Amino acid sequence: MISLSGCASARAETQQTETQVAIENKGSDTMVNLALAWAEQYQKEHPEANISVTGGGSGTGIAALINGTVDIANASRKIKPEEQTEAEANGTNPVEFVVAKDAIAIIVNPENPINQLTLQQVSDIYSGKNNNWKELGGEDRPIVRLSRETNSGTHVYFLEQVIRLGQKDNKTLFSPDTLLLPSSEGIGAEIRQNPNAIGYDGLGYVTPDMKVIAIAKDASGPYILPSATTVNNGTYPIARDLYMYTDGQPSGYIKDYLDWIMSPEAQAIVTEQGFVPIN
Amino acid sequence: MKTSQKWAEFAITWLIRISGYSAVIFVILIFIYLLREGLPSLEKVSLSNLTSERWYPIEDYFGILPLLSGTLIVTVGATLFAVPFGIGTAIYISEIAPRGVREILKPLIEVLAGIPSVVLGFLGMLILSPFLRTSFNLSTGLTAFTGSLLLGGIAIPTIVSVAEDALNAVPRSYRDAALAIGATEWQTIWRVTLPAARSGVLTAIMLGIGRAIGETMAVMMVTGNAPVMLHGLSSLFSPVRTMTATIAAEMGEVANGSVHYQTLFLIGIILFLISLFVNVIASMVVFRKPKRSERILS
Repeated sequence: MISLSGCASARAETQQTETQVAIENKGSDTMVNLALAWAEQYQKEHPEANISVTGGGSGTGIAALINGTVDIANASRKIKPEEQTEAEANGTNPVEFVVAKDAIAIIVNPENPINQLTLQQVSDIYSGKNNNWKELGGEDRPIVRLSRETNSGTHVYFLEQVIRLGQKDNKTLFSPDTLLLPSSEGIGAEIRQNPNAIGYDGLGYVTPDMKVIAIAKDASGPYILPSATTVNNGTYPIARDLYMYTDGQPSGYIKDYLDWIMSPEAQAIVTEQGFVPIN
Repeated sequence: MKTSQKWAEFAITWLIRISGYSAVIFVILIFIYLLREGLPSLEKVSLSNLTSERWYPIEDYFGILPLLSGTLIVTVGATLFAVPFGIGTAIYISEIAPRGVREILKPLIEVLAGIPSVVLGFLGMLILSPFLRTSFNLSTGLTAFTGSLLLGGIAIPTIVSVAEDALNAVPRSYRDAALAIGATEWQTIWRVTLPAARSGVLTAIMLGIGRAIGETMAVMMVTGNAPVMLHGLSSLFSPVRTMTATIAAEMGEVANGSVHYQTLFLIGIILFLISLFVNVIASMVVFRKPKRSERILS
């Protein structure tokens, strides 16, 4: 009843569905657009791959990896020691890959005349020592501090590296009246319309209608604007690595995908997304 | 024939009885679960920490008071705004509006009740908050007041819809009698119709407040979420963080069984007790024994 050629094509089809591979990829909201762009491009070149990308935060991604529900976790921070312990208790072994770099841009409303700040000044603003732009040479306006929610990897990074200036024994906290906004969009909306506001977010989320502040390590040092060049040569002080974690050394199709992410082609997408490629 | 009828009667009575009891059982089960997950927090976190004015859980600061005061100020603000507006609208639709207007307004209000709160939150963030900042000359538009206005707006359709039904159920003869003895239209509404519909109107208010306390997304988007303690009336125009927003923002990331997790459940218990309190007060008012004069009236 069935012709020979029909039989052959049917077999080819089953073979194709057999080789369909699914990769679950979850984690950092900072990285979600980048991970999506990678997945789209990779699926174009490898039609058999089926990559699903979701956000939720670095902690969510790592928790999912520990529970075995994802293949790759995206994280904008290193895995915490307690997460490592939990992973070992659960029989998982997270392996780390640096896949891109991110610079945190300090942003203000374009109407704000301030162009540059030192790390110490940014720390003083966020800890509540400075409450008026006048004290920093700006207009007589109250300072409205914006931050991501405490569950965001960007929040923790900013607390440790900027507010506490990277000092381990420094216990400075965010000023209690810091506005904690649940999304990058929330920060963007407030920065665009409020000349009192100062915020921080990944370089990938900065749009031309915000003003980026040049940052110096100390008052004598050069004030540097974040860009691919300044991040890679290490002159911009607020930059970090972005990670992907797998359970154990990756093999098979997951390894193929991670190898591709390190390729020049995939790293070009990093630049397009506003992040900084690894060398 | 007769036995099968009897049996059907028996089955249906029991089905109804079970569905009646199940609501109670579910509430009890939820409360037990909340207690089991939340109470250990009281052992692990010192009372002075819980009653402090600092909420910063990633560094083990678990002061609940700023969150409590945040919920309080936003909910009271929303109630003060929504109750007069809601009852007023209900009175207009039920008592004053001509038939044609009423038939357009009633379904419109019901459509308004169906708008998802996230959409309203988005509008609040992009339109209401910049507008309030410039018109009141505030440092930021993301304040308790913005949240109150938005929550009031969300509660109004519920209040209008339920209160209008209650007013509508008051027999025509009451109004006719009042008007016949020379009462003005306003006197009839204020002294006769509204008191007669009292229990329905109170239910409407309670449902409205319930929506306001429990609402999460819209509040999270417009109140700024800064856990600052209430300091007088000026707090109305500064950012606050509500209990619901705290649970929603932090529960997704927290490690299962950690102190932070248990404290979030403790906040859940407090929310539960608050709404229980509101409901008990409401039923005490609704179900209290009517006075003799009221019995004669009805």
